[in-house]
Amino acid sequence: MKSSLHNKQLMTGNEAAAEAAIQAGCRFYYGYPITPQNEIINHMAMRMPQVGGTFIQAESEIAAINMLHGSAAAGARVMTSSSGPGISLKQEGISYLAGSELPCVIVNVQRGGPGLGDISPSQADYFQAVKGGGHGDYRMIVLAPSSVQEIADLVYDAFDLADKYRNPVMILGDAQLGQMMEPVEFYKPAKTYLPPKKWALTGADGRPKNVIKSFYPVKGELEKFNRRLQKKYRKIEETEVRYEEINTKDADLVLVAYGTCARISREVMNKASKIGYRIGLLRPITLWPFPKDALRRLSQRVRTFMVVEMSAGQMVEDVKLSILGRCPVHFYGRMGGGVPSTNEIINNILEVLPKINAADSVEMIEI
Amino acid sequence: METLYAPPKTLHRVATHYCPGCGHGIVQRLIAEIIDEWDIRGKTIGIAPVGCAVLAYNYLDIDMSEAAHGRPPAVATGIKRVHPDNIVFAYQGDGDLAAIGLAETIHTAARGENITVIFVNNAVYGMTNGQMAPTTLLDQKTTTCPEGRSADEHGSPLRICELLATIDRCSYLTRVSVTNPRNVQKTKAAIKKGFRTQMGKKGFSLIEVLSPCPVYWRMSPIDSMRFIDDEMSRTYPLGTFKDWEKEGS
Ligand SMILES: Cc1ncc(C[n+]2csc(CCOP(=O)(O)OP(=O)(O)O)c2C)c(N)n1
Repeated sequence: MKSSLHNKQLMTGNEAAAEAAIQAGCRFYYGYPITPQNEIINHMAMRMPQVGGTFIQAESEIAAINMLHGSAAAGARVMTSSSGPGISLKQEGISYLAGSELPCVIVNVQRGGPGLGDISPSQADYFQAVKGGGHGDYRMIVLAPSSVQEIADLVYDAFDLADKYRNPVMILGDAQLGQMMEPVEFYKPAKTYLPPKKWALTGADGRPKNVIKSFYPVKGELEKFNRRLQKKYRKIEETEVRYEEINTKDADLVLVAYGTCARISREVMNKASKIGYRIGLLRPITLWPFPKDALRRLSQRVRTFMVVEMSAGQMVEDVKLSILGRCPVHFYGRMGGGVPSTNEIINNILEVLPKINAADSVEMIEI
Repeated sequence: METLYAPPKTLHRVATHYCPGCGHGIVQRLIAEIIDEWDIRGKTIGIAPVGCAVLAYNYLDIDMSEAAHGRPPAVATGIKRVHPDNIVFAYQGDGDLAAIGLAETIHTAARGENITVIFVNNAVYGMTNGQMAPTTLLDQKTTTCPEGRSADEHGSPLRICELLATIDRCSYLTRVSVTNPRNVQKTKAAIKKGFRTQMGKKGFSLIEVLSPCPVYWRMSPIDSMRFIDDEMSRTYPLGTFKDWEKEGS
């Protein structure tokens, strides 16, 4: 049983992310202001001194991610947060963190891009997050919450996963999830066994020195290291995939969406079922590792998929790769701050479904 | 027979990858000597830069972290905030500290972080085969200013100590060199003072070491030392620019 620390409180997703980090034992936070994640940095500035932690408003996102490198190397739980342009600046640092196998948590409250874009909700940083926006063959565990409560829960898990695998973990949210208020409860984190950080830098007092590095100049060493990294990533793929599957049993069409789009898709599913359509939803919770097997399984009985994203279509590529052409994959996306409405999505479903149920003739509807 | 002088225990007995006449080996040996003399191996943590000194962790027998190019002060900040009672130093070259990492240098100093920066100024980018650095002297030839650095074309050399001296939270700033035994001993004393600055929680310290790069200066090791004494130290005068002990703080 999880035990509750506080009663339910009304909070923005951003504040919940920050508070959950503190409840998870994070005492080091480094950040740089950027909308729409400012509630995180503001909450940390207020809370860290109260709990004896460290808060630094860094001179840039580059400095912040490298301060993370230092505190992670020193063995502490550490977090940073940012959005779009700031996350781009952190990419070199993330590559170093992955290459040095340092545990840390990075929150990306996605906004519209490219460039300065805008500050409204977006999911266009998917590729950057799950494929590796920095250089080299590395992976980041990417968690995609779709409610304020789930933001808090996944932040706890993010710290555990980071420590378990010595790997950076990203919480991939968006402006809508970050800014909206919902009731949230902070549980006392469940005690999980985590290996002691014997590798951490503490001063080599009575022991051989520890070195944190990603540089392997001796021929053959780097490939050996990469092979070990890949082995770790395979293990994560085998062990840590998470997703939610609703009404997929006898669905004609399964929506695939994460985060804000998953919330909207759930609404679409309910509305569509009221007018007689059998729609299911598969919601990836881990974007990397991606729920490939679940999709592959579904593709054996589902007639078609529709991926809904606030992007030009990024996750849709992973869906297609998962089902290997077994059935059609449709896509509906909005960009540049556009949040799809349930009606938009339903109308798109109706355009697709008649082609399957050729006998039915369906009119576009306004619900 | 009595041993008067021996290699420091904290320095691994391995051949370094440094070129003949390079100053990095001297400075790293001094760090090892201090760690031995003060018996602080168990509480010292170093940060190696991206640059010729990237492999410093293969030579120094202490806990160390790598840092991305220019970011050692940020990494040092992150370590020091977790272990405030350890001695944390960032070891950096001039490209690392004065070009790509200048923002981190200035802001770490402005925060008065209790760390020591050991800044090896060799006026070129050694690791990438001798390009112009922010500290390259006027008229000095490098691969990216083959006709010599010109103020009009390439801008003027950056004097880091003087630049940082305007920052209130900077506690100790000094420029030394390694051109002769006396100067080497002064460098050692300066690094000691840097460490004492952070041990006393007095704030940010930086020791700039004028250091030879004979290969990319295209000079003999001896001429390189002379060049530092005769030319380089005219643009970068040796001396102390900030000293918390003298300011009565
Ligand atoms: C982001 C990034 N840019 C460029 C490089 C290539 N690089 C490696 S070392 C270096 C310059 C090092 O010069 P300096 O800091 O003066 O140190 P030195 O090698 O002279 O000791 C450069 C540009 C890099 N590794 N990373």
